[in-house]
Amino acid sequence: MQDVLILGIGNPMRGDDGLGPWVAARLAAAGLNARAHAGDGTGILDAMAETAHLVLIDASQSGAPPGTPRRFDAAAATVPAEFFHYSTHRFGLAEAVETGRALGLLPAQLTVHAIEGGDFTAGERLSAPVAEAAEALILTLVAELGR
Amino acid sequence: MTERVIQVDALARVEGEGALYVKLNGQELESCEFRIFEPPRFFEAFLQGRAYGEAPDITSRICGICPIAYIASACQAMEMALGITLSPEIEALRRILYCGEWIQSHTLHAAMLHAPDFLGLDSAIDIAKLHPELVRKALRLKKLGNTLMETIGGRAVHPVNTRVGGFYAAPDAAKLQALLPELDWGVAAARELTLAFAGFDFPADAGDYHFVSLSHPELYPIDQGRIVSSRGLDIAPAEYDDHFVEEHVARSNALHGRMRDGTAYLTGPLARYANNFAKLSPTAQATAHEAGLGAVETNPFKSILVRMVEVQYAVEEAARLIRAYRAPNPSFIAVPPRAGVGHGASEAPRGICYHRYEIDAEGRIVSARIVPPTSQNQPQIERDLARVVRANLALDEAALKLRCEQTIRNYDPCISCATHFLKLTVERG
Repeated sequence: MQDVLILGIGNPMRGDDGLGPWVAARLAAAGLNARAHAGDGTGILDAMAETAHLVLIDASQSGAPPGTPRRFDAAAATVPAEFFHYSTHRFGLAEAVETGRALGLLPAQLTVHAIEGGDFTAGERLSAPVAEAAEALILTLVAELGR
Repeated sequence: MTERVIQVDALARVEGEGALYVKLNGQELESCEFRIFEPPRFFEAFLQGRAYGEAPDITSRICGICPIAYIASACQAMEMALGITLSPEIEALRRILYCGEWIQSHTLHAAMLHAPDFLGLDSAIDIAKLHPELVRKALRLKKLGNTLMETIGGRAVHPVNTRVGGFYAAPDAAKLQALLPELDWGVAAARELTLAFAGFDFPADAGDYHFVSLSHPELYPIDQGRIVSSRGLDIAPAEYDDHFVEEHVARSNALHGRMRDGTAYLTGPLARYANNFAKLSPTAQATAHEAGLGAVETNPFKSILVRMVEVQYAVEEAARLIRAYRAPNPSFIAVPPRAGVGHGASEAPRGICYHRYEIDAEGRIVSARIVPPTSQNQPQIERDLARVVRANLALDEAALKLRCEQTIRNYDPCISCATHFLKLTVERG
């Protein structure tokens, strides 16, 4: 079983929705056990079996200014589903986490990092405030989880 | 007349961004519009000038749930344009891969997104709390579909091992055969889920459908076939444009698919099933009968049962093909590029996925056309909504709203590979 697994969730071809995969690629390059996750959220449930410490990174759409970062301790409290409604996944991050909770599958540590997206239109790029927040998140995670 | 307005800002458990607008004047239905904001049209312009071999990979990005449909239809079209004939071994491998997609896509929709409608639940989370064993079984079955896609395609979402002409590398027989015990479990699991769902209280409804699907001489249609209909159509995919059109409508960014005479038609599980029931395995037919389905099903709310019967068939079919598997050698057929036009049609979980490409002598894409199933079904979704609204005017606002949402979810619409949510408005004047 892996010590820590980081999943960057999203579709790189949908603007700020590509945040998760973009951060995951950077963290993997920094030597962390990180990978992108596309498709529906049930794959997140499968990943819960791989690790005791899962970190999920996703773009949110809650009405906050683009680039606003949030952190949830999902092992301790419910993830607000409305944050992730924009998702490319019909069974998304919040559904996966709460289904995992209902089925008793949650790893001991489960952290969700969300950065508010601004532009989800087609295209392979992050908007400026989201890219800036992503850089800060990368520094934080490398400091926390890097060896 | 009391004026009533119903508005839902987020229809859950549907892929993509769109809206529903229903206007009622007393007992009269004035308009019923299903609006889509986010079609995958930009892909067609994006493909122009690209190498022919890029079409499957690029178009597979349209959808994270059904990439194989795009890969199969694009490959088939390019193979036709290039004059490539696949070996039976390559065709079998592509069909196994496609079975994986049907298993995961249908199971996700049926168990996690559609079943809550019939249990009076708001979400997949509630179903996990109340029916954990059912959800565990569904998740394991869905994972089996993903595992098939990973084993053959290299990864479950946006496979990397597929190419025009076949596969970059053929998977080892041993790796595929190792999945047989789980596939045997999957047949029983799909059957159990079908029969569990058959106990739901289905709303009474019957659509007057023109069923359009693929048809294959021996097999239930998945990866290829002619385009047939319940009203006698029988054409090659290359004749698609002679019989079907796509039209712009002001309210939707996605084109609406219709027959050339302007009528709506239905593609997807109910159509495949009605046109091809005899080609299901006897065991899948038996499950269908036990679940209360006839050889033709016109109640769209029972599409959940048809999907699960198709899952059982897809698991059986994958097992059958894996037992007979011989690794294709060569794993792909390559030919020099030439100018030409090719058409491809396959059965995405949601219905026919049609592609047409023109390529030049260097193999560059001159024009591309992609017709996904949900745009074909849009006019029929509106007809279903109108019928359901008229039949349920006595329902209160919340119940009518929910019934409308369910009517849309019957289609498992994949509005696009991404974006926000579906807004639903019902206005009563």
